[in-house]
Amino acid sequence: MSTATAMNADELARGQRRERAQFIGLSLPATLLILIIVFLPLFWLSSLSFIDRGGELSTENYQRLAGDLYIEAFVVTFQISAAVTALCVLLGYPLAYWLSRKPQHTANLLLICVLLPFWTAVLVRTYAWLVLLQRNGLINNTLLSLGIIDAPLQLAHNLTASIIGMVHIMLPFLVLPLYATMKSIDGDLVRAAVGLGSSPTEAFWRIFVPMSLPGLFAGVVLVFIMSLGFYVTPALLGGGRVQMLAQRIESTITIFSNWGAASALGVVLLLMALALVALLHRVFGLDKLFVR
Amino acid sequence: MAAAAASSQSLPITVSNLVKAYGDLRVLDDVSIAIRPGEFMTLLGPSGSGKTTLLMALAGFVSPESGSIRFGEQEMITTSPHKRGVGMVFQSYALFPFMSVAENVAYPLKIRGVSPAEQKSRAEAALAMVKLGGYGGRRINQLSGGQKQRVALARAMVFEPRIILMDEPLSALDKKLREHMQIELKQLHQKLDATIVYVTHDQREALTMSDRIAVINKGRIAQLDEPKALYRRPNSLFVADFIGETVLLPVQRDGDDVSLQGRRLKLATPTPAGSGPLQLVIRPELLQLDGGGDDQTNTIAGVVRQTIYQGDSVLLIIDAGEGREVSVRIATNRAGQASLPDSGSQIALGLHRDDTVVLAEQAS
Repeated sequence: MSTATAMNADELARGQRRERAQFIGLSLPATLLILIIVFLPLFWLSSLSFIDRGGELSTENYQRLAGDLYIEAFVVTFQISAAVTALCVLLGYPLAYWLSRKPQHTANLLLICVLLPFWTAVLVRTYAWLVLLQRNGLINNTLLSLGIIDAPLQLAHNLTASIIGMVHIMLPFLVLPLYATMKSIDGDLVRAAVGLGSSPTEAFWRIFVPMSLPGLFAGVVLVFIMSLGFYVTPALLGGGRVQMLAQRIESTITIFSNWGAASALGVVLLLMALALVALLHRVFGLDKLFVR
Repeated sequence: MAAAAASSQSLPITVSNLVKAYGDLRVLDDVSIAIRPGEFMTLLGPSGSGKTTLLMALAGFVSPESGSIRFGEQEMITTSPHKRGVGMVFQSYALFPFMSVAENVAYPLKIRGVSPAEQKSRAEAALAMVKLGGYGGRRINQLSGGQKQRVALARAMVFEPRIILMDEPLSALDKKLREHMQIELKQLHQKLDATIVYVTHDQREALTMSDRIAVINKGRIAQLDEPKALYRRPNSLFVADFIGETVLLPVQRDGDDVSLQGRRLKLATPTPAGSGPLQLVIRPELLQLDGGGDDQTNTIAGVVRQTIYQGDSVLLIIDAGEGREVSVRIATNRAGQASLPDSGSQIALGLHRDDTVVLAEQAS
């Protein structure tokens, strides 16, 4: 305590150092875990992709990706993901809007219903759809017994079935961020627009929809990117007719046991997803979407 | 008076027998009110009194059970809000955060199909009127609370509505800014050709700004008057208590006369009818320290208990006997401070007969 400015300075500096040490100590386990189970395998994967079948270092695996078979898989993957995202928006936007207009306790109850599927494994939900959609499944049997159709419809084992299953699984990922955003929109804003002369419909499109866009983009990004890597649902409900990238990766390993080629596919898929996120971030500022 | 400046443009508002109920609760209980064209009318009341409900019914956001709302000659009760053509200022400002200041202000013009060039010039003019000229390009989140308020104001008046409704627009501002905006809003009203209906729970704000004030309590209009009349001649204990600083003293009824401390009081208004208990309404700043004793002044005797210095004034707490306290407010100018009595001294307070208002206790 020699001068007034240095009063307790040592003690305070020690306190700060202790706080920093605690902070590092607390985050260390999670950091290590991510390093070991995410980054290490990723590094392993990308190094595998540069080794050809002869065990030599080469870019052969990437050159093969330019082949028609792979190009088609990429196109199909993007098309299916886009279709799933679009359907999720069509179904999810009105649902989120309706939920956001409900009183809090009702909305909470209904949200639980939206979340309910999360408590069941994706595989189980996919089989449930198979049960519903298959040749002598619930839907076909009901329609037959009601006399609406004469022969069972081909509902499962095709593209439509895959998309139905994926939409069902992805819908909550769209509804949740969208609902959160809609809930935070001040009701006075829409009222103000109506008070200033907009019809309710006009106020909805001019004020409410633009205000909900951040939540919508967040949901769209989430759904689209998760759809890119979908495996179980299109594999089971598509009945082999739908070949998305994840299935192509799987068959490359199990049938051709070509780990290098499969790794290259995985790396390209990952890079595409990252590029997409980067692009969206540039256009919409994703940091503002998720951290509000 | 502002109403004198009003031309054929601004509209009178006539509300008749308006009823709005939520279940058993009547938030608007048979309300009738005639608002003059160009008038600054304030709906004043405690929270839950129904003042905001009445304003929202005028705007069309609350649909009443029965009654009539006319703007000029036109019945509006079933007209949708967007067709009523009123300017509206919300408590939360309700500015569109994804639009610039200029886009916000131009919004009502855009909706009405005004050409972009005219939108721009009229938005600029409206912003200049609220002293925000040159702020058009700013984003809403770059503005301070006071500036947001001005933008909301500019947006509500840019399309020259004949009626502007305001729901506690200043309540989110700090005291100093609020008082400043009150004066500015009042001046703005004199320039505008519009009838303004203003909701507040702040009685001082109401007194400062309004041409007339409707005091609302429990879904009914307790009193409708000019500020001065409301302050000096409240017609009920509720209004007396709600407006201004008020001390109530029980007084005795002697037939048609009223007495306090055994002396007959000279009243400004006739003795309230009936036989119920009566209260004398005292404004601390209207009491005089010299008991007067002339035939125009009533005298209240008491002992000084406490002297409280409050900067602009000194508050004396007087024991008026029987455990009743009266407070007296004395200005801190030289004249006021010259004859300040000491604590414990016996004094006689004077209350001019024009300031002597006696009201019956409501049987509520």
